[in-house]
Amino acid sequence: MIGEMNRERRQSIRRIIALTRKETWQILRDPSAIAIGVILPLLMLILFGYGLSFDIKNLPVAVVVEHASEDTNSAVSALRLSRYFVVHPTSSMAEAEHLMAKQTVSAILRFPPHFSRDVTRGDATLLVAVNATDANSARIASSYVKGAINTWLARDAKDGRAEPEIPNIVIENRMWFNDANQSQWFLVPGVIVLVMTLIGALLTSLVIAREWERGTFEALFATPVRPGEILLSKTIPYFVMGMLGLALSVIGSIVLFGIPLRGSLWLLVVVSSLYLLVALGMGLVISSVTKSQFLANQITFLVTYLPATMLSGFIFDIRSMPMAAQVVTLIFPARYFVSSLQTIFLAGDVWAVILPDMAVLAVMASILMRIALKSTRKIIG
Amino acid sequence: MIDSLYRIIALVRKELLAILKDPKSRVTLFVPPILQCLIFGYAASYDLNNVPYAVLDLDRSGASRSLISTIDRNGAFERVATLQKASEIPDQITEKRVALAIVIDRDFERQLMAGKTAKIQVIADGRNTNTASTAQGYVSTITSDFVQKWRDENGHSATPGIQVTTRAWYNPNLETRWNMIPSLIGTITMMTTLILTAMSVAREREAGTFEQLLVTPFRPYEIMIGKAFPSMLVGLMQATLILLVAQLWFRIPFAGSYAILYLSMIEFLAASVGIGLFISSISKNMQQAMIGSVIVMMPFMLMSGLTTPIMNMPSILQYLTYLNPLRYAISMTRQIYLEAAGIAQLVPEMMALLVIAAITLPIAAWMFRNRLA
Repeated sequence: MIGEMNRERRQSIRRIIALTRKETWQILRDPSAIAIGVILPLLMLILFGYGLSFDIKNLPVAVVVEHASEDTNSAVSALRLSRYFVVHPTSSMAEAEHLMAKQTVSAILRFPPHFSRDVTRGDATLLVAVNATDANSARIASSYVKGAINTWLARDAKDGRAEPEIPNIVIENRMWFNDANQSQWFLVPGVIVLVMTLIGALLTSLVIAREWERGTFEALFATPVRPGEILLSKTIPYFVMGMLGLALSVIGSIVLFGIPLRGSLWLLVVVSSLYLLVALGMGLVISSVTKSQFLANQITFLVTYLPATMLSGFIFDIRSMPMAAQVVTLIFPARYFVSSLQTIFLAGDVWAVILPDMAVLAVMASILMRIALKSTRKIIG
Repeated sequence: MIDSLYRIIALVRKELLAILKDPKSRVTLFVPPILQCLIFGYAASYDLNNVPYAVLDLDRSGASRSLISTIDRNGAFERVATLQKASEIPDQITEKRVALAIVIDRDFERQLMAGKTAKIQVIADGRNTNTASTAQGYVSTITSDFVQKWRDENGHSATPGIQVTTRAWYNPNLETRWNMIPSLIGTITMMTTLILTAMSVAREREAGTFEQLLVTPFRPYEIMIGKAFPSMLVGLMQATLILLVAQLWFRIPFAGSYAILYLSMIEFLAASVGIGLFISSISKNMQQAMIGSVIVMMPFMLMSGLTTPIMNMPSILQYLTYLNPLRYAISMTRQIYLEAAGIAQLVPEMMALLVIAAITLPIAAWMFRNRLA
């Protein structure tokens, strides 16, 4: 009896190995799978690391000076010296407005005609107009212009002028976990989420939907292979591929961008495996529901990739979203992964954040795998 | 000529049927754009709303309490903790209970009364650098307004300084949504048209019907038009849907001209269909077409100015964005939608898209012919 069970188990393992080998060959034969596993992570690392940045520099500003004076000259040269601005001098507001309409400049700074006199009297008014089609940049731009003017006022304009003591407030700003305020540190770990989602959900759903489309899945059912064995052999190769993508992204973030890994590596691997299992589970379920490559792709995009970028806190902060949107983010796995990733990379092993995230991911993974198994079984019966 | 036209019409009809006959695929073409609009409209925002913060008031004076209530009333922040000692701050931030902590120094009020400089400290969670620095900017604006008011109320009115008035053109309330939703017109339609064209050829190739198509009297450019036109039509329908959501749901006022918007969309869709056809002509099956589209679409989206401005990028990448049709589409829709741009203002973008379409479409046609040989 025991010998019988052992033999049964040995055969099962043999079947899984054989199927896994077939699946692996299939992946290796098609260059596109390699592209998504290797080229895409590298491409995204480079784009996120070098391309995306919230840090304004070289902002084109039209400066309107109708009556040049020593003060306007020194204020304008203070702007020129700052690396944030590229100054386009103009002599009338109409000219500046024209430049703004042509998209040549994204902000206008206008000095009033009697600027020097007004500064001395203490009632100078500057006008800053920003092109607010990009609201975030506009807000940053206007605060940078204000900052530059205030710095100039504090340093240069008070030369020779008596400055009475006035009540004021200074703010000492500190940013924990990222003292230098580098947006790369915050964006690059997010690449891992996208890579895992693309490999785990998109690629898997596509490959399995193709088997349904061609009827090779039904052919598999006719063999002695059990549903659980099929699922296992389908997930193992993609799991390995996802892990390779993870390794590539982690090495890239540390080597290329000097992002600190303050938490432990093993924890990063465990959390990532959990998320990868969830992504694989979603891919399996979607493909068995749609059974068509085009539909599987569209739906996977909508329910995995899009939430992974938009509703995960990876670019847009969940805490700022309206309540309804915050509730929606709870049902997508990506937010738990992003929160843990950012914490493991920048803060360390903060169990109060990571444990709840891991628990949710584990529950999601087991539910999705069970559904996937059930939907495969149902076809047989 | 007439025969050619008939053949094209027949092919277009067949393609449209292939796309639209399946109710599931009809749903996936028109429901996702609406959902995406809603997700982007509500979730994709850099504006801060009710961000949780903690306060540690070491001064406990009238002035410090008044500053705290000014921050509370602003709407950007929500006070979730009032701390008693500095040692409570690390846990609050590390465990993500708050995004920032504000510490008001012990002699805050006394310094202000003495006409000196009082100090506060803002500690932000740098795991999300964008929220952290935006929040610090907000606090700085709130405090400078507060101190201005405090001076006025306490008889320090004639203070020297420069008043800066800010005016935000085209988007007076500085809402991220106002530029996000119009930008989606290009982004979503490109995603669909690219994938739709790439997949439609790849599907025929996988099923073996593409070879059949090639032995019919169809000329390569006729096949190309037959594949391109239906995708563009779907793209235009999606664009219309997004325009409707933008105006009816989000109430973002449309400032420009519909004729110019549709003209630029047609041009843009032609360019993106050209890229889709190009991908399909080099891929052997649907998986390759799909992955090819994703790999092309990803940099297009990231390097388009959709999430972060192009001018912040290093100059090499900025030059590369000139190859990106989505960059022009987003720039045009924003200009038309919010700035009421006329044709003259859009000439550079229109020319660039024309060049992209004029290169990719003939190459795709040539690749079809090449397969034939």
